Amino acid sequence: MNTEKTLIRGARVLGGPARDVLVDGETIAEVGTGLSADGARVVEAEGQVLLPGLVDLHTHLREPGREDSETVLTGTRAAARGGFTAVHAMANTFPVADTAGVVEQVWRLGRESGYCDVQPVGAVTVGLAGKQLAELGAMHESAAGVTVFSDDGKCVDDAVIMRRALEYVKAFDGVVAQHAQEPRLTEGAQMNEGVVSAELGLGGWPAVAEESIVSRDVLLAAHVGSRVHICHLSTAGSVEIVRWAKSKGWNVTAEVTPHHLLLTDELVRSYDPVYKVNPPLRTRDDVLALRAALADGTIDCVATDHAPHPHEDKDCEWGAAAMGMVGLETALSVVQHTMVDTGLLDWEQVAERMSFRPARIGRLTGQGRPVSPGEPANLTLVDPAYRGRVDPAGFASRSRNTPYRGNELPGRVTHTFLRGRATVTDGKLA
Amino acid sequence: MERHLISAADLTRDDAVLVLDTAEELARLADRPIKKLPTLRGRTVVNLFFEDSTRTRISFEAAAKRLSADVINFSAKGSSVSKGESLKDTALTLEAMGADAVVIRHHDSGAPHRLATSGWIGGSVVNAGDGTHEHPTQALLDAFTLRRRLGTGRGGDLGGRRVTIVGDILHSRVARSNVHLLSTLGAEVTLVAPPTLVPVGVHAWPCEVSYDLDAVLPTSDAVMMLRVQRERMNAAYFPTEREYARRYGLDGGRMARMPEHALVMHPGPMNRGMEITADVADSDRCTAVEQVTNGVSTRMAVLYLLLGGAALGGAPGHAAENSAEENT
Repeated sequence: MNTEKTLIRGARVLGGPARDVLVDGETIAEVGTGLSADGARVVEAEGQVLLPGLVDLHTHLREPGREDSETVLTGTRAAARGGFTAVHAMANTFPVADTAGVVEQVWRLGRESGYCDVQPVGAVTVGLAGKQLAELGAMHESAAGVTVFSDDGKCVDDAVIMRRALEYVKAFDGVVAQHAQEPRLTEGAQMNEGVVSAELGLGGWPAVAEESIVSRDVLLAAHVGSRVHICHLSTAGSVEIVRWAKSKGWNVTAEVTPHHLLLTDELVRSYDPVYKVNPPLRTRDDVLALRAALADGTIDCVATDHAPHPHEDKDCEWGAAAMGMVGLETALSVVQHTMVDTGLLDWEQVAERMSFRPARIGRLTGQGRPVSPGEPANLTLVDPAYRGRVDPAGFASRSRNTPYRGNELPGRVTHTFLRGRATVTDGKLA
Repeated sequence: MERHLISAADLTRDDAVLVLDTAEELARLADRPIKKLPTLRGRTVVNLFFEDSTRTRISFEAAAKRLSADVINFSAKGSSVSKGESLKDTALTLEAMGADAVVIRHHDSGAPHRLATSGWIGGSVVNAGDGTHEHPTQALLDAFTLRRRLGTGRGGDLGGRRVTIVGDILHSRVARSNVHLLSTLGAEVTLVAPPTLVPVGVHAWPCEVSYDLDAVLPTSDAVMMLRVQRERMNAAYFPTEREYARRYGLDGGRMARMPEHALVMHPGPMNRGMEITADVADSDRCTAVEQVTNGVSTRMAVLYLLLGGAALGGAPGHAAENSAEENT
């Protein structure tokens, strides 16, 4: 039990006026002005923004199986540096997280790491093969308490399997997080299908391959009265479909990644595999539609899709390279750059989209809570005035496959607190 | 010209005309009893082929040897590459052995670009065909053939000429390079294919697109027939081989509707009976064999210009004559 006291002095709570926040042990004791330190460690936070600890619905921690790219320990250290206090660990590990045993293993590794809460995601189908439902109930009842199920990396493309999964998880208020990718339309796909793919001669990943699955799944969710969550939504068309589904009152939520808010397929002209990701980088029009949708709430939240890969899997020709980008340590900066500094979101809305909403979608308790007395002290302090170049050498992640190497991005997480204990202090892991 | 030849889009009109003019000079060599210049003596050219292509490989090999370069053929099959060696390690190996130029054929679009920009090697990179991206030396030899046959000589381009490219545009690196190069040289390019074999995004290309071959033939100065793989019909790009041949194949009847001076071109290898009938392939108007001959001179010109160094800003003909004198 943590019995430390910390006084965060003069922070703009959710971007509002300066307040002092006293943390006592694991909880927030007091929020006010002119609070006395009274033996507490003092963090001077003038000009900085205090947010609830960030929650990521979509993280690849790679353990078990690909510890060469990331482990639960290195991934949660990266999460803490990025201001996260909870991450959802995707199921596409080796072995796949499709049994109570594997999800409990990941959950236990997260508890041992101590850097942030790790909430395992369970696979929808055995081995992500899309044929047979995994034991969703057993994973839910395990110590890991899984409520989010996803075959992420693969689409649950069989309409009947998807329907059954959506129906089945209703018994325990679960949600199916769909990787929307029609497999036949994306055979050999290497990048967004459009002007750039035509010129580069790379296999196209058409927007319709995402949109056709999103359309089907919102209809299925409505039909069976269940919850569906759309992973890494990437096209303007998908935005329209989700907006329509929400207008019907259907239980549909969606996430967008930081990289889809900033980068476009023009970058693929370099043939540098650091830009190879799934779903692929889209066009400028898509980027603007995604920003607008995140601003108006059509897209509920930002999720990193942090996808670490070893150097050799990116230091090669495009076709041979792995898909994915690391994102935990740059997510908040990219959101500030694309959404806050552009005036599309204020910090309170950032808190909603990077903490409150994802925690509610994942049914996490104790995460994504208000910055108020009596609440768990999961907090992130960010200096929005900071400007710096991204240097992957400083990452806590075991992998370096960031598309932002050398880019100037605003904002820096200076402190992260997990239930009152500092996991990051002055920008460094505690 | 730049140090590498990766994409036909990187060539300006003047670059392209310089290559064609140089190729004309070098082509004269073929008429001599000793078909060899000492220009690249002591330089090493590696043919790095990750994909089988005997035709392109021997064309580059002949080109390099006629310029007296040492040629190393590195075929991925049966080499360390087939045991899982990465492109990077292969490149570092070639660099360590002192390759001055690497001619690369690769199944992945962008592999030559990657090789040229990654810092793995210091020599020149020549793209000999990458995936479904580009095949710039094929476009250069096609332009060379067109310029020779359609009567614009040295220093000239293809201004106002109409070239029709027919076939599997979607998967064709030859089409992509030709669209760039021929339009740079002033030609008007029209692509003809079933809509399934035209890429989404083609509207941004400097060319027209038609689905009707018969409508385009009477105004074409040259018709370039692309090889169409029979397997494509298994992915529903077209219903049957016969339907493809009927709608998009070039037979004697269609050839008769072309202007009298118009050429039939084919990059080879031909699928006789599919995109081209035997009578057309064997007719005087078909330049397929001539294109092979021109390929050697054109590739000589490319290697010469990329490796010849500083002297190349000047008149290539003059340089070639100097080299010939050295030989005596």
